[in-house]
Amino acid sequence: MSERTQALLPEPERYEFRAAPIHHFDLARRDFFKILGAGIAVFTVAKDSSGMQETAPGPRSFRNEELPKEITSWLHVGEDGMVTGFTGKAEIGQNIRTSLAQTIADELHIPFESVRMVTADTALTPFDAGTFGSRTTPTMTPQFRRVASAARDLLIGVAAKEWNVAPEGLVAADAKVTEPASGRSLRYAELARGKTLAQNLPAEDPVTPAAEWNIAGKALPKVDGRAFVTGKHQYTPDLRPAGLLYGKVLRPPSFGATLNSCDDSAAKAMPGVFVVRDGDFVGVAAPSEHQAQNALNSIRAQWKEVPQISNRELFTFLKEKASANPNDRRRGQKGSVEDGLANAAHRLDATYTVAFIAHAPLEPRAAVAQWTNGKLTVWTGTQRPFANRNELAAQFHIPESSVRVIVPDTGSAYGGKHTSDAALEAARLARAAGRPVKVVWTREEEFTWAYFRPAGVIEIKSGIAVDGTLTAWEFHNYNSGSSGIETPYVVSNQRIEFHSVPQILRSGSYRGLAATANHFARETHMDALARTAQMDSLDFRLKNLADPRMRAVLEAAAKSFGWPRKKSQEGQGFGLAVGSEKGSYVATCAEVAVDRASGAVRVVRLVEAFECGAIVNPDGLRNQVVGAMIQGLGGALFEAIEFENGRIKNPHFASYRVPRFRDVPEIEAILLDRKDIPSAGAGETPIMTVAPTIGNAIFDATGVRLNSLPLVPNGLQRA
Amino acid sequence: MAKSIELEVNGKRYPISYPADTSLLSVLRDELGLTGSKYGCGEGQCGACTVLIGGVPRRSCTIPVSAGVGKPIITIEGLEKEGRLHPVQQAFLDAGAFQCAYCTSGMIMSSVGLLDANAKPSDAEIVQSLQGNICRCGTHPRVLDAVRHAARMMQEHRQ
Repeated sequence: MSERTQALLPEPERYEFRAAPIHHFDLARRDFFKILGAGIAVFTVAKDSSGMQETAPGPRSFRNEELPKEITSWLHVGEDGMVTGFTGKAEIGQNIRTSLAQTIADELHIPFESVRMVTADTALTPFDAGTFGSRTTPTMTPQFRRVASAARDLLIGVAAKEWNVAPEGLVAADAKVTEPASGRSLRYAELARGKTLAQNLPAEDPVTPAAEWNIAGKALPKVDGRAFVTGKHQYTPDLRPAGLLYGKVLRPPSFGATLNSCDDSAAKAMPGVFVVRDGDFVGVAAPSEHQAQNALNSIRAQWKEVPQISNRELFTFLKEKASANPNDRRRGQKGSVEDGLANAAHRLDATYTVAFIAHAPLEPRAAVAQWTNGKLTVWTGTQRPFANRNELAAQFHIPESSVRVIVPDTGSAYGGKHTSDAALEAARLARAAGRPVKVVWTREEEFTWAYFRPAGVIEIKSGIAVDGTLTAWEFHNYNSGSSGIETPYVVSNQRIEFHSVPQILRSGSYRGLAATANHFARETHMDALARTAQMDSLDFRLKNLADPRMRAVLEAAAKSFGWPRKKSQEGQGFGLAVGSEKGSYVATCAEVAVDRASGAVRVVRLVEAFECGAIVNPDGLRNQVVGAMIQGLGGALFEAIEFENGRIKNPHFASYRVPRFRDVPEIEAILLDRKDIPSAGAGETPIMTVAPTIGNAIFDATGVRLNSLPLVPNGLQRA
Repeated sequence: MAKSIELEVNGKRYPISYPADTSLLSVLRDELGLTGSKYGCGEGQCGACTVLIGGVPRRSCTIPVSAGVGKPIITIEGLEKEGRLHPVQQAFLDAGAFQCAYCTSGMIMSSVGLLDANAKPSDAEIVQSLQGNICRCGTHPRVLDAVRHAARMMQEHRQ
């Protein structure tokens, strides 16, 4: 088991994840206090940073002061009593600005309103590899608890010194340190006054267990909510520094096309327009977007195109390319699948496919770049500000210390904003123009030149005994990825392999990564096996599941849904699915209504149970879980990128259908709060089981087994 | 060159220097600095740019600025009165009806347009009027709650 786990463990982000290069921590202590004012600061040291590369490797210096290399967060108590938490993570709609502030307020015993978060600014926050993998809550929450707890000790120490008493007799609560014996107290603000105290956190301090949380664990509303309902919050596309120019980039007609020749004379002749040609990059900057578009339209370019594959040959292509590349596989094996199949009472083999889909964040990729005396500042909506900084420094041959990347709270990402394309484009244009430049991708550019969730083929061979016990499980994933590839079911004979394929379309991370594809195939297959065994879907799964957390979510969802349910009308069907990934557990039940005459499929009801350990903010969590369920409807039912010979054929919301109000069924989310288990992330896992649940319900309604995502892009076709 | 035109936005009149075929959204955002209306698709498909023109919710990204002349335009910035949120804004805030909130301005403007025309919409009517607004984060149930809540608040206010 351990050998298998080891073999399958790496690859948290197949396409985007790269080891972080060496970074230097270039904010000196005196700068730190200069920016924030005097006070008390505490820095955390990550305990385990090897696996996910969330911290920069190698030693770092705090100018002349040596700092532990794994600093990943810090906290400052100001002279006004305001507490500021610093993290390299970005707020992209997942609500970490609120949940992390809750954690700090909770551990420091101060009002929630006295905490503010500084996020994702390479000049102010510690290095961070990126906001992905549902890692913010499991890594940042304990770290901020530890810094807050250390800050509390530090404040007690300052008070003890002030009063010339032993710290053991003092209590920190309600934003002040009190000596119960005398009744005297000093507020945190008073204790921080005039100080420039900084402390590194050397070891793990005990922190408050979830059962004793006071501010964390509560359904507090999103910080800055008022700025969002009034339109005052400024996303990257809303920034308008003085002298701003609007940038546009010339795109090739198809993937892989290279520039043969280019006539930009008309654009160059336009007043106020800057034209940049640098290799295959052709871009313009102009005083208005209108002028920039006119300038771009006037450029005549000749491209050399290369043949590319199309939708119809996609899955054959993936399998051919994978088998031609047998060394690039990830394997996991135990027992003998051959024996398990030979001894099975029933065998079931099937192939599943998953289409390319787009993130389609409503805020497109955007950046504003400004050069000042050879130094570059870029505001951009990205999940990886430090990686953006590296790429900018490398591309412009300047030191990283000359680049600052700031991430305004961003209009969502879903794994789609790891790269630095818009930042590089804006910076290149700004350097040529000598003025700030903003680049905001059009929706068509988003759908065409961003990257997609990779398509894939999954093949399963399986066997069960007469009583429904799994005897063999062989699972091959071609291209889509290895997240969630391991089966959570008990089966003594198994072979699980991921086969990577060279990229066809630009592919990358996506909420849940391949766990959605792997759960779709596995849970659809488990449903089919249950039918083969003539067992109820729930009973069949429970028979083969040992993990108590998995069983708990499955039973919770089934109970709330009323499983098993009797059909009361024609075309009605029920389905369920279960899964686990990134330390959290999910089970979903669905009711569908299928009109066989028209082929229309309507999801009537979705019930999902989710468990991610101790819940930090039940309101924010519910928003994430329900949101993932609704987003999951799109990939389940109808989302698919259509492409032909290197061209995207549906690069618009009119032709690429995403879930809208009419698609949203009755939804119920059941949150299981496990205060005895450390909090895991919740941004991704709740999306995984939506598709197989619906597919299984469609089978229940019609007897038609759908093995491809999306399930019914054009309604249920007649067999 | 640009014809001299004037727009009335949020009760104020502005001379516009942009060409008449520029989108209303670009003028609002880039010339008037009213960036609460968002660019989401530029194709009238996502609703993030929704404003009220003569009281009717319209997609400002596909409307030339010339088409906004002579009609009062209300953007998200025009809803708050003397520091008091519009009931629809308040309802979105109370319901926590956003995640990344990039769609929120457009959702609110579509909802204001609906409730101004139909004080007691049915759920089907709310869904119908928001069908053109995309929330990619999947906050739809809370948005519906917020609109129902706002309708109640506005009715109480009228009584």
